[in-house]
Order: sequence, then structure tokens, then C-alpha cells
Amino acid sequence: MRITQGAFSFLPDLTDDQIRAQVQYCIDNGWAVSLEFTDDPHPRNTYWDMWGHPMFDNPDAAALMMELNECRKVYGDRYIRFVAFDATHGWESVKLSFLVNRPADEPGYRLERQEVNGRSIRYTTKPYAADRPAGNRYA
Amino acid sequence: MTEPALEQNLDEREDIPTHVDLNAEFEESGVKDVLADLDRELIGLAPVKKRIRETAALLMVERARRRMGLANETPTLHMSFTGNPGTGKTTVALRMADLLHRLGYIRKGHLVSVTRDDLVGQYIGHTAPKTKEILKKAMGGVLFIDEAYYLYRQENERDYGQEAIEILLQVMENQRDDLVVILAGYADRMDRFFSSNPGFRSRIAHHIDFPDYTDEELLRISEKMLEEQNYHLDAEAEGMMADYVRARRTQPHFANARSIRNALDRARLRQANRLFENALGPLDAETLSTISAEDISASRVFSIAVKNAEKQAR
Repeated sequence: MRITQGAFSFLPDLTDDQIRAQVQYCIDNGWAVSLEFTDDPHPRNTYWDMWGHPMFDNPDAAALMMELNECRKVYGDRYIRFVAFDATHGWESVKLSFLVNRPADEPGYRLERQEVNGRSIRYTTKPYAADRPAGNRYA
Repeated sequence: MTEPALEQNLDEREDIPTHVDLNAEFEESGVKDVLADLDRELIGLAPVKKRIRETAALLMVERARRRMGLANETPTLHMSFTGNPGTGKTTVALRMADLLHRLGYIRKGHLVSVTRDDLVGQYIGHTAPKTKEILKKAMGGVLFIDEAYYLYRQENERDYGQEAIEILLQVMENQRDDLVVILAGYADRMDRFFSSNPGFRSRIAHHIDFPDYTDEELLRISEKMLEEQNYHLDAEAEGMMADYVRARRTQPHFANARSIRNALDRARLRQANRLFENALGPLDAETLSTISAEDISASRVFSIAVKNAEKQAR
């Protein structure tokens, strides 16, 4: 199941040229751009690992594309997302974030029903990938 | 049903121009302005200006060829500027960045100027991230490495400079679209650097040599520098400045225009002191912006020159 997180996630995967154009847009707006990766695709997982530092003073998107290619070499079998952070006073938050790499095979989620008091049911989702230990999930 | 396809074909054909007016492009792209600025604002440096003009012509033709579909490889743009200190290498590099930007060979046109300290780390594993950080900063523009030969230390095999060189070479080769590297330094040491690092030599297409300025050019430069700060020399000081240039050249650590700039800074200091101590009443703008002969003649350069002359006489 193809996961949909961040911007553009219902579109076909962006090509490198399209990613570059988006990144350049963010840089031109003065946002700090960076890359993060994870192998736990749960939508509530906000703690992705950082790939290098956020880039504050690189005027061209080529810098991020170089890092992206290197990140793909190491973690090409995981999810990688691009993050643009706006440090302006009052915002101080992520302005744009989208996936730039996904594993070849995405097993999707299991829906679990937990029967609680009386006839109530609690629902929860679990990625099938998370059944395996971290680091071996998409190998 | 065939009609739209036909139209599309025509459109595609129209995208590729059949003729190119190089003169019109020369003016439109702003290259003409850059070259005119270069001519006007930089004194002397005739061979350098000629080389830049030739390079600009080559790049314009290359660009036209690319539009017509005759070429699709990015030409190698990495350069090496050799010459003594103070001959305008950094200034010309700035103009070069502007030129390349206007011709569309680099996307941003900024110049990142670095030396060995910015690229090479102090312990194992420090160099690669440091070099990469600088390279990323320079992407879309020009990376200017001053005194590039310090990157390579022959006497120390384990010097971290080698690591920086390898990363540089890799990026210079693989990301030619993203970044132009300009190496600068003294001519003889650059030659030695290139002969011990053949990888650099083969990746650099343009070697430009910066000649020393003549005495007369240096005098004109000094006038221009003062003019920019709204100062001027009086008639006597002008003659004194010419003497100063001649005397300064024979002394060690002569750095062409940079020496002149420092000398002028010191002359301004002396002028300020003189005004402060001698002023009897209110001063007008003319007095405040005139450098007189005594501001220059107080320089140590003259006393050393006299000493040297005495030594030779003995």
C-alpha cells in the first residue's frame, strides 16, 4: 500500500527535476531545508532521523540534491522526506514537507480491533514493516 | 486527427532557432555591460581582459550552439588565475561569476572565496564534511580557492589536504553544471601544484595569468581608490605618490594594488592627525578631502629607501 504523507502525496512521485524546483522555491523563500529518513512509516511517527544538518545558507538547490543522492545511496530502502523550516518569528515551524524516496515494497498497515468495556472497540493501525526490528524492515 | 500532431511538430521545429544574432545576444544578455565595466573599472591588466573577452565569446557561441542542438555537454569552466598578490585576481573572479551567471552557465552567480583553512579539517574525519559544506554553499555559483597550492603539502603524506583535493576533484568532474571552481595563487607555486596534482590540470580549461602593474598604472589606481572615498591628492602629493610607488616596489612584501591601498589608508590616518593638530579654525570640505605631500612623505618606505641607497653607496 502506497503511503501518503506530506505534500504532493496523492500525486505520482516527483521526479528529481520537480524536487529540485520545489527545493529552490523553499530556499528562495529563506527557509532552512533538510532531509530526514525513517523505516517506521506510521503517520504518528514524528521522530524521523536527520540526514546531516539543516542547510541555512546554501543559495542553490544543487546542495540539497547532492545530499539527497548520498542519502539514497545509504538509505535508499527507507522513506526519505524533504523538510523546509521557516524560522521567521511567529512561524518557527515546518512550511513544506514531502516524501522524496520510498521503499520498493510497501506492505501497508494492519488494522487492530481491541475489545474494551462492554461492546466498545478501540481501533489502532500498525505498519506490517514494524513487525521486524528497526534497520531490517525493508531489506 | 492528424492535424494537432502536425501542429505540434511545427511548434517543436520553431523552438530550435535557425539563425543566431550574436551581436544582439551580446547586448541582451548583459555580457556587453559586464565587459565594459571590466574595461572601465579595472586599470591595466590588458592580457587578462583579452582572455576574458575571448572566454566570453567562446561561451556565447557555445550557448548558441546548444540552443540549436549542436552541443549538449556543459563545457569545462573551471579556471586558474595565477599572478602576484594584489593583481586583481579576486576582483576579476567576482566579475567572472557575474559573467557566467548572465550567460546562464551558473544559476546564482555568487562567489564563495575560501582558503585552505576553510576546506581542510584539523583531525581525522573533519575534512570531508568541512569541504562538502563549502561546496554546498558555492553551488550555483563560483568557488574561489585562494592560494590553492597550500591544499597539497608535499612534505607530509598524511596531510588532510589530500582528502579535500579528492572531494574537490570529484565534484568538479561530476557536477560541472552546479559549480565553477577558480584556483588562484602565485604562478610558480601553482605550476608546482599542478605538476604534483595532474588531476587538477586536466580538469581546468582556462589558465589566466595576471601581470604586475606598472608604476604608472599603480598611480592611476591610487587616484581611483581615493576618488571612490572622496579624497584627492594635491599637485605636490601626486609627484610624491609616484616616488612612493617606485620606492615601494623595490622593498619586500610588495603586493601591487594592495600595498597601495594600505599606503593610502596610512596617508589618510596621517592627514587626519595633521588636521587635528594644526587646525586653527573651522575646516572646509576641500581641506578635509585633500591629501598633501607631507602625508605621504612621512612614510617609512622613504626612510628605508634612503638607507638602502646609503648602503649601496658604501
